[in-house]
Amino acid sequence: MAKTMKKVDAVIVGFGWTGAIMAKELTEAGLNVVALERGPMRDTYPDGSYPQTIDELTYNIRKKLFMDVSRETVTVRNTTADGALPMRQLAAFLPGTGVGGAGLHWSGVHFRVDPVELRLRSHYEERYGKKFIPEGMTIQDFGVSYEELEPHFDFAEKVFGTSGTAWSIKGKVVGEGKGGNPFAADRSDDFPLEAQKNSVSGTLFGKAAEAVGYHPYNMPSANTSGPYTNPYGCQMGPCNFCGFCSGYACYMYSKASPNVNVLPALRQEPKFELRANAHVLKVNLASDGKRATGVTYVDAQGQEVVQPAELVILGAFQFNNVRLLLLSGIGKPYDPVSGKGTVGKNFAYQNLATIKAFFGKDQHHTNPFIGAGGNGVAIDDFNGDNFDHGPAGFVGGSPMWVNQAGTKPISGLAVPPGTPAWGSAWKAAAADYYTHHLSMDMHGAHQSYRDNYLDLDPNYKDAFGMPLLRMTFDWKENDIKMSRFMVDKMRKIAEAMNPKAIGVYAKDFGSHFDLSSYQTTHLNGGAIMGTDPSTSAINRYLQSWDVPNVFVLGASAFPQGLGYNPTGLVAALAYWSAKAIREQYLKHPGALVQA
Amino acid sequence: MSPDDTSPARRDFLRKSLTLIPAAALAGQAASGAAAAAPGHGAAAARDYQPTFFTPEEWAFLRAGVARLIPADERGPGALEAGVPEYIDRQMATPYASGSQWYMHGPFNPDAPKTMGYQLRLAPREIYRLGIRDAEAWSRKQHGKPFATLDAATQDALLAQFEQGEAQFEGVPSKVFFALLLGNTREGFFCDPVHGGNQGMVGWTLIGFPGARADFMDWVERDERYPFPPVSIRGERA
Repeated sequence: MAKTMKKVDAVIVGFGWTGAIMAKELTEAGLNVVALERGPMRDTYPDGSYPQTIDELTYNIRKKLFMDVSRETVTVRNTTADGALPMRQLAAFLPGTGVGGAGLHWSGVHFRVDPVELRLRSHYEERYGKKFIPEGMTIQDFGVSYEELEPHFDFAEKVFGTSGTAWSIKGKVVGEGKGGNPFAADRSDDFPLEAQKNSVSGTLFGKAAEAVGYHPYNMPSANTSGPYTNPYGCQMGPCNFCGFCSGYACYMYSKASPNVNVLPALRQEPKFELRANAHVLKVNLASDGKRATGVTYVDAQGQEVVQPAELVILGAFQFNNVRLLLLSGIGKPYDPVSGKGTVGKNFAYQNLATIKAFFGKDQHHTNPFIGAGGNGVAIDDFNGDNFDHGPAGFVGGSPMWVNQAGTKPISGLAVPPGTPAWGSAWKAAAADYYTHHLSMDMHGAHQSYRDNYLDLDPNYKDAFGMPLLRMTFDWKENDIKMSRFMVDKMRKIAEAMNPKAIGVYAKDFGSHFDLSSYQTTHLNGGAIMGTDPSTSAINRYLQSWDVPNVFVLGASAFPQGLGYNPTGLVAALAYWSAKAIREQYLKHPGALVQA
Repeated sequence: MSPDDTSPARRDFLRKSLTLIPAAALAGQAASGAAAAAPGHGAAAARDYQPTFFTPEEWAFLRAGVARLIPADERGPGALEAGVPEYIDRQMATPYASGSQWYMHGPFNPDAPKTMGYQLRLAPREIYRLGIRDAEAWSRKQHGKPFATLDAATQDALLAQFEQGEAQFEGVPSKVFFALLLGNTREGFFCDPVHGGNQGMVGWTLIGFPGARADFMDWVERDERYPFPPVSIRGERA
């Protein structure tokens, strides 16, 4: 028999970045808010305390802060003709669990968005014609513009304490020759902190990129270049480049996280309650299916609990949001055959490739253990639509960078191509190259396709007996074309550094999605935003078209994958949605956009 | 490299190890002297350790195997000297080794392509138990002797067969067994010593990783050798 709690104004599912941001905004608006987090309580102390946290085996290798796949995972297949198999071990992507979510263990790369990518389909059709977009590619516009989001990008950077170099502020160029990005969109204000120092590897990349005619810039990093206090009064210490960012809670209070940058303020707020170890099973609907009445969750003891609420905010990880919609019967499930339905549609990823450069002992000491997760030097010459895609013949762009985030010996030791995997030859190469190599990435956009989608698996279940989410996903010709194009460009930068050896790690035609090797946790789509309820699950304010007192935050709203890292846009969209709730929805609860 | 049994450190190491290894494993261990890792210059032995998961026969295989994957040589101590066998035995008592961090509900499809990730029903403890059994059977079938008693070149050839899936194993694919052994060996060579491996921080010293120093504010922009030796979580200094 489920226990029923006292009704609240808003219940938030998941306490990562979006849950924390929305909790702060809604309590500011005077609402009583309960946030439910499936994982345990986590904070800098004890989860990030020095020296215990400087432990690669426990964190990167045994994956202490990541989603517990023994309890719930996803199933994966390449095409609808294949049987899906469960992801039994974490590898390709690393969603979080626990208070802070993936926002506790992320790196801290904090971009905005290339404005073109918010209206991707319209832009490509205008510049290259409708026929340029391949058959089966289902890219869409977000339905919101960069100008509308700009104040929210700005505020999120101030909350995160982001370090960077502006190119232009209110139309005035300020960053030329200082590490600004000439391709960056205009800003209303500077970054709250100046850019971090650059690593030796980053500087080498910048010089080489410049030598071959590109435009290097300092990556915007949510790792602090100095002490900082954010608008919520939360304090951060200066990053010391310890290199333990991605997969860790930052022991220096230097990497922005919901735990460091929002939770201390929420703790002072009597209208807010955070319940950890609360695993939400579904959103409960009124009998007409048009209104949510709250959620049902399982607490730490296994007790089912009903939490009634006026407003339900889904702030779980991308695919968990989609799964909750499907388990709750909110919206019409997507059907890849008819192309009808919206929930599960446009599941997209990111299209990465890596080149490693290996130097001689007397050439360079890159000391790759020195790092900060968001730090680096990048170029945008091939990102977005900053070059002519016509002759290239594919959709999508990619930034390229050296993002030296702290390369550790178990997970990150690299040896030149052709080195045996073990024995004295491997050992000698490991010893000769570890402190003399660097790694550069193309962090490419990934497009959405008619048959890359999410639904519920018919066979496999989670620890609570609920169906797992099923991913139907594979790389397409457009993705491989882009990857090969970008790798060619990046190789020229690598060659300009004059290394002894170069290793290229990229997909080729016929490559399938590889669940066994880490790529990125930047998963997108499945509950996408848009302007038309027949092609999107949520409206431009991230409100469900079908159940208007449900809002669905996070990268599940992206109609396709970005070139940049998603967190900056995820945060800005959360503030954008919160503004609409505060200024419009609370006054007149109901649909903010008429279907 | 050629095995070298004449070093005092090596003889001392063998003597110490032998005193703690159960009689059943003695014959194999003693004969494996030539095959196990040769000492490097200044290579120190790992501390004494009594396994709790591995049987004496398994232990002899494990010691001999890791000593070939990361050998002691002119570049310094190898996996054996770093205490990798102790690390792996201690890992066998963790949730990782019983597979309880993995999604282990059926149905299973062990024939799935590699791109689908790990799809077997076996947890690391079982992979070691079955894999070492099958590796020893293969070794005896090919050479008439236990793995640990063979010379280094023969051991290397067998390990390459496991790696390539050319050895016929019954309980677990030899590639899966080899990948686990190699992965755990690297972990034990490069982990913080708190986990039982990387004793004396020999793995970190080899490559120049400074361990738990975790403060490089003054070194970010310097294209020069980082001069400080590694430290561990417990505050040891190499």
